[in-house]
Amino acid sequence: MIEKANLEVFAETLLDLAKKDKDIIVVTSDSRGSGKLTNFGKELPDQIIEVGIAEQNLVGICAGLSSAGKKVFGVSPSSFLTARSLEQIKNDIAYSNYPVTLVGISAGISYGQLGSTHHSIHDIAVLRAINNIDILVPADNFETRHSIINAVNYSKPLFIRFGKKPMLKIHNDDTSFIIGKGIKINEGKDILFVTTGETAQRALLATEILHKKNIYSSHINIHTLKPFDDDLLIESLSKVKAIISVEEHSESGGLGEKCASIISQHNIKIPFKIIGFPDEYMINGSQSDVLDHYNMSPAKLASIAENLIK
Amino acid sequence: MNLKDLQLKSIEYRKTILEIIYNGKAGHTAGSLSCIDILNVLYNKVLNINPQNFNNTDRNRYIQSKGHSVEALYTVLCDKEFFDKSELKSLNKFNSHFIGHPTKKVNGIEHNTGALGHGLSVAVGIGIGFKLDNKSFKVYTLLGDGELSEGSVWEALTSASKYKLDNLVVIIDRNRLQITGSTEEVNPIEPLADKFKAFGFSVKEINGNSVEELDNIFKTIPFESEKPNLIIANTSKGKGISFIENVVSWHHRVPNDEEYKLALEELNLEQEKLIQ
Repeated sequence: MIEKANLEVFAETLLDLAKKDKDIIVVTSDSRGSGKLTNFGKELPDQIIEVGIAEQNLVGICAGLSSAGKKVFGVSPSSFLTARSLEQIKNDIAYSNYPVTLVGISAGISYGQLGSTHHSIHDIAVLRAINNIDILVPADNFETRHSIINAVNYSKPLFIRFGKKPMLKIHNDDTSFIIGKGIKINEGKDILFVTTGETAQRALLATEILHKKNIYSSHINIHTLKPFDDDLLIESLSKVKAIISVEEHSESGGLGEKCASIISQHNIKIPFKIIGFPDEYMINGSQSDVLDHYNMSPAKLASIAENLIK
Repeated sequence: MNLKDLQLKSIEYRKTILEIIYNGKAGHTAGSLSCIDILNVLYNKVLNINPQNFNNTDRNRYIQSKGHSVEALYTVLCDKEFFDKSELKSLNKFNSHFIGHPTKKVNGIEHNTGALGHGLSVAVGIGIGFKLDNKSFKVYTLLGDGELSEGSVWEALTSASKYKLDNLVVIIDRNRLQITGSTEEVNPIEPLADKFKAFGFSVKEINGNSVEELDNIFKTIPFESEKPNLIIANTSKGKGISFIENVVSWHHRVPNDEEYKLALEELNLEQEKLIQ
């Protein structure tokens, strides 16, 4: 079942929470439209701070508001938020230890044809290398809603990124969502899909294709990239013949390399394919076309899986 | 604390700055000496920040955006009894919290700084937070003049003006030198007052090494209702020591035995003159 865009769920959830808690403050950089926060601005004008197109200033102001006791959500396109303001994130949020939530909207290649200036395929890698900030990459509406609910009173700096396209429903509402714990979606004996964020739905569809060929997939979704659920990965590996990681991010420094690091340090030998964006000038196109081009169509994921366990 | 007490404090502080840099074998000597009178008046007359109220968010705030002059901040915080002076002996030593830039690991420090151009946005955020809660506290921040080349400073100025932060006090330590040389040769920043006025600030200019002028100016805040305050504090880099004052190479030079002795002699002489 196709549900809403995670972006919409984020905005609705935050508005609901902020109506009940006047200390929740949203800071935007001319991004209330792209952040679906126009309603928030209309309904709670005293709880939105607009800094204009100035992402460095946005992050610094978030730190200050947090210091003054506010529960702060800084919302800006992930590309600009995590590149332009990286030093502010590092020093003013993470190192200074303010429990601010930075929300990277239109993450990955959400902006499609707008090109590489707007793509955010570096954000996870750069923030993984910053001490004292946790990273959430929700896959569906359920994970997005719970990411935002958990963020309000989270005790540490937090980064959450997602896209703006409607998403497949992946989890039931009674699923347990705990920051730092991955979620088991499927269990099968042949291949393990490890996903994060919105590519989870592509692995889910690949699992269905494989099932018809009597190839059975396990699938774990890692909504929290930092701190990482090493135990779930190790435990899931023991039951399959091969592993494929899928992420809407550069192959450098993302989910796949994190898994590779854990696997090698546990002396586990297993066929492994990392699916992400390679280090090259990226092809232009819609988000969906580009993901397909870089091996993330369900059919391609299924055929990669098939080859891997031959 | 009267004027003479403040002047004596400044001399005592300058001695401590030199002592800890001399013992720690590193530090930003001249910049700490240029801004120490500002910190003296802030902490002894204006801020009312002390170890008893520091953990309470309902108080004034001070953010030192020019983080490299941390020895001046350590000196004043030590005098305000945030920590014992013996702790300052660990400056720059292995596993010490007393490092070369402000860190919240040291009691009394509000925000981690060191990379330039960061403090003002954070101060603006605090100022907005106070306004949202109708709190009457003020937020003070000290910027270096070389720091003004950072574009993020000017982003922050626009928000301060938009949100009418008359509770924000920006102080520019205008000592006219940076690590390479004269600020006006490295990257000209004048006309400063006109620039800040154009950004919506109420601007005043004083001698930033005169505790008397500093004391007087802080009493007049807010300069104008609904406008953020900006003080251009004209200072001398290395103020108080003849052979350090306005000498570019003293940006982060450490005094040798002879220089340390001479500097203390100069300060002792000043002290004697004041006491007489």
